Amino acid sequence: MAKIKSLDELRRIKTSASDLTAARSSNAVKVIVGMGTCGIAAGAREVMDAVLKEIEKRGLKDVSVQTTGCIGMCQEEPLLDVIYPNKGRITYGRVTPEDVPRIVSEHVVNGRIVEDLVIARVDD
Amino acid sequence: MYRAHVLVCGGTGCTSSGSHGVMDGLKSELKKQNLDDEVLVVQTGCHGMCEMGPIVVVYPEGTFYCRVSKDDVPELVEEHLLKGRTVDRLLYTGEGDVHVPHYSEIPFYSKQERVALGNCGYIDADKIEEYIARDGYEALGKVLTSMTPEDVVEEMKTSGLRGRGGGGFPTGLKWSFCAKSPGPKKYVICNADEGDPGAFMDRSILEGDPHSIIEGMMIGAYAMGADEGYIYCRAEYPLAIKRLKRAIDQAEEYGLLGENVLGTDFSFSLHVKEGAGAFVCGEETALMGSIEGRRGMPRPRPPFPAVSGLWGKPTNINNVETWANVPSIIRRGGAWFASMGTEKSKGTKVFALTGKVKHTGLVEVPMGITLREIIFDIGGGILGDKKFKAVQIGGPSGGCLTEEHLDLPVSYEDLAKAGAIMGSGGMVVMDEDNCMVDVAKFFLEFTQRESCGKCVPCREGTKQMLLLLKKICDGEGTMEDLAQLEELAHMVKDMSLCGLGQTAPNPVLTTLRYFRHEYEAHIKDRSCPAGACQALIRYRIDQDKCKKCGLCAKNCPVNCIDGDRKTQFVIDEDACVRCGTCYDKCPFDAILKL
Ligand SMILES: Cc1cc2nc3c(=O)[nH]c(=O)nc-3n(C[C@H](O)[C@H](O)[C@H](O)COP(=O)(O)O)c2cc1C
Ligand code: SF4
Ligand code: SF4
Ligand code: FES
Ligand code: FES
Repeated sequence: MAKIKSLDELRRIKTSASDLTAARSSNAVKVIVGMGTCGIAAGAREVMDAVLKEIEKRGLKDVSVQTTGCIGMCQEEPLLDVIYPNKGRITYGRVTPEDVPRIVSEHVVNGRIVEDLVIARVDD
Repeated sequence: MYRAHVLVCGGTGCTSSGSHGVMDGLKSELKKQNLDDEVLVVQTGCHGMCEMGPIVVVYPEGTFYCRVSKDDVPELVEEHLLKGRTVDRLLYTGEGDVHVPHYSEIPFYSKQERVALGNCGYIDADKIEEYIARDGYEALGKVLTSMTPEDVVEEMKTSGLRGRGGGGFPTGLKWSFCAKSPGPKKYVICNADEGDPGAFMDRSILEGDPHSIIEGMMIGAYAMGADEGYIYCRAEYPLAIKRLKRAIDQAEEYGLLGENVLGTDFSFSLHVKEGAGAFVCGEETALMGSIEGRRGMPRPRPPFPAVSGLWGKPTNINNVETWANVPSIIRRGGAWFASMGTEKSKGTKVFALTGKVKHTGLVEVPMGITLREIIFDIGGGILGDKKFKAVQIGGPSGGCLTEEHLDLPVSYEDLAKAGAIMGSGGMVVMDEDNCMVDVAKFFLEFTQRESCGKCVPCREGTKQMLLLLKKICDGEGTMEDLAQLEELAHMVKDMSLCGLGQTAPNPVLTTLRYFRHEYEAHIKDRSCPAGACQALIRYRIDQDKCKKCGLCAKNCPVNCIDGDRKTQFVIDEDACVRCGTCYDKCPFDAILKL
C-alpha cells in the first residue's frame, strides 16, 4: 500500500472505499430480482449476474439489489422490479440478461421506464 | 459488486456464543450456492446486545437476526440471501411476541444515540478502508491542514466533552493544561484498563472501532504538542489488543501514523502496553507507574500528569470512550456535540446495563435522559415483571439510587447530588429480591480486595467496614455497629489517597441514605426483608397449605423436618441449615420463607 501523502489523497481513497460499505446505507433506488424456484429455472441467476455487472461497470452508488421469492407470476419469470422512492414499483417480465443494460441505463439511472418490458405497476 | 452484506458480530460476547462457526458456515454455504461473489460476509464488533448473540445483520434490508447458530446458516442463505424472504423465527421478538425485523425498530436501539459506538457493529474493525469510508481520518486531516493546535483545544472546550473514565473532568480544559506545559517531549495515553467488573464499553470500542481511538489520540497529540502515545489495555482483553495492534499496523502502512502524517510536519508513534490486571492500575498515576515498569500504585497529586507525567514529561491521559468521541467532535463541530445533553453534561454516554432488566447490554444515550427511560424503555423493564427496587450506578464505587430517582436526568451533576457517580457507566438494576445490605457488602468486597494497601484509611478502613457488614448480614449486628460503619465510611471517603478509597464507601453511604430501614431490620428484627441474607431466613411450614405429602422431610439433608402423614410436619428451626431444599421441593408452596 502506497502511503497517503495528503488530505486529497485520503478523500480519493474514501470515495473508492465507500463502495465497500455502500450496501449498508439507505439506498435511493431498489432493484429486486425474483428468485423463486421458477424464476431461477427461467434464468433469474443470469439476470442477477447481469444486474450486478452493469451496476459495477457504471459505478452506481445509491442502488441496492435485493431478491424476492415467488410472487405468483411464474409464467412471466424472470421478473425484475425497480422501485424509485415515491414513484411506485415497476415490474418487468421475461427479462433476459440482454435487457438488463437498457433497464439500468434508462430506468435506474435516468428514471425513464422501459415501457415495452413492463408487465405491472404498483403506485405508492 | 456485492448486492448484500452479511454482518456477523465478532465481539467477545458473540464469539463466545459461537459466531465464528456461523461466519465459517456462511462462507462455505455461500460458496456452495455460488453466491460468494454477490454476497459479502463482514465480521464486525459488538452491537451491544451480546445476550442475544450471535448477532447477524443482513443489508441492504438491515434485517437483524439474533441467536443464530451454525445450523441456521443453510436456511438463512437459501431463504434470505437467495430468495429474499426473511427468516421470521430468527428475528428479534418484541412485546406480545411480534417479530421486529429492523435494527432501528427494536426498542433497545430506538432511543439510543450512537456517537462513540457509531461504527461498532457496522464496520469490519480489521479493515482500515471501511473506517475511511465512514469519514475515518477526515478529522485528523482537518486539524493538520486547517486548524492550529489552539483551535483544536478551543473546539474541544466548545464541545463540553467531559472525561468518560469516571472523573468527568472537562477534556478541553485538561488538554489546555498539557498544551501549555513547556517541553519538547510530551505523551498522550489512552486508559483502556476498564477495571469496573460490569463495564465493557471500552472493550467494545477497542474491538469494534480501534481506529477511532488512534485518530482521537493523534488529534489530541497535535493539539498538545505530543509525538508519542501509549494505549494501556488490560491483558484480559486479548481480542481488543489484537485488533488494536492490527489497526496500528494498517494506519502505519497507509502513512496515517508515523513520520510526517499526510505530508505535514506532524509525526506520531503509538504503542500498546498490556496492563497488569489490578483495578487500581486504572488510576492515572498508578497506570503511568505501571507503564514505566514500576508497581502500579497511586502517588499523590499534584504534580498532575499535565506537568509531570510519564517519565516526568507532560502527559495527557484520557479514557477510551473520551478519545473515541474526539474525531466526531472535530468533524461535526463542538457545537453539534454540545447540542446534545444537559447544561453541564454534554453529548452522549455509554452505559452497560445489567442486573434484573429484560434486555441487558451496551446502550449509548444522550445525557439528560432519565433513568426510567433507560431501565424501562430501553431495558424493557424488570425481569419477571417484579418490582424495581434500586439501581447501582457507576460501578462498584458508585451509588445505589431508588424509585424516587427514576425521573432523575442522567448527568454528572444530578447523579452526584443524589450520591451516585457516573463512573465508567456501569448500571446494575435490582429488584425486590435484592437485599440492599447484601448489595453494599458485595460491592465493598470488590473494592476492599482491590485496595493496593498503600494508605491506611483505605486498607484498614474498608476491611473493618466489610466485617461490620458481614456481621449485620449474619444477624449479629448492633446499632453501635451501624453507627461505627457510617463513621468509618465517611472517614475512608475523606482520608484515602486515591479515588479507589475515596469512592469505595459510596454503596454503603447511599444504601444507608435510602434503605436505612433495611439495615435496621437486620439488626433490630433479625430479619432480612428481601429474604436474601441466608443467615436470617427462617423456613416454616404453612399448616393450612400442607397436604402432608412428606416430600420436604424426605429431601431435607439434615433430617430436621419431623412428622408423619397422619399428624403434621414441622421444621426444627434450630437444626435447620437453611439450604432451601424443602422450599424448592414442596409441590404445594407450603414452605414459608420468613
Ligand atoms: C481506582 C481507580 C480506578 C480507575 N480505573 C479507570 C479505568 O479503568 N479506566 C479509566 O478510563 N479511568 C479509570 N480511572 C480514572 C483515571 O484515573 C483517570 O481519571 C481517567 O483515565 C482520565 O480520563 P478521562 O478524563 O478521559 O476520564 C480510575 C480511577 C481510580 C481512582
Ligand atoms: S486509597 Fe486505597 S487504593 Fe488508593 S492508594 Fe490508598 S490504599 Fe491504595
Ligand atoms: S431449609 Fe434445608 S435444612 Fe432447613 S428444613 Fe428445609 S431442607 Fe431442611
Ligand atoms: S459481542 Fe456481539 S453483540 Fe456484543
Ligand atoms: S411436604 Fe407437606 S406440603 Fe410439602
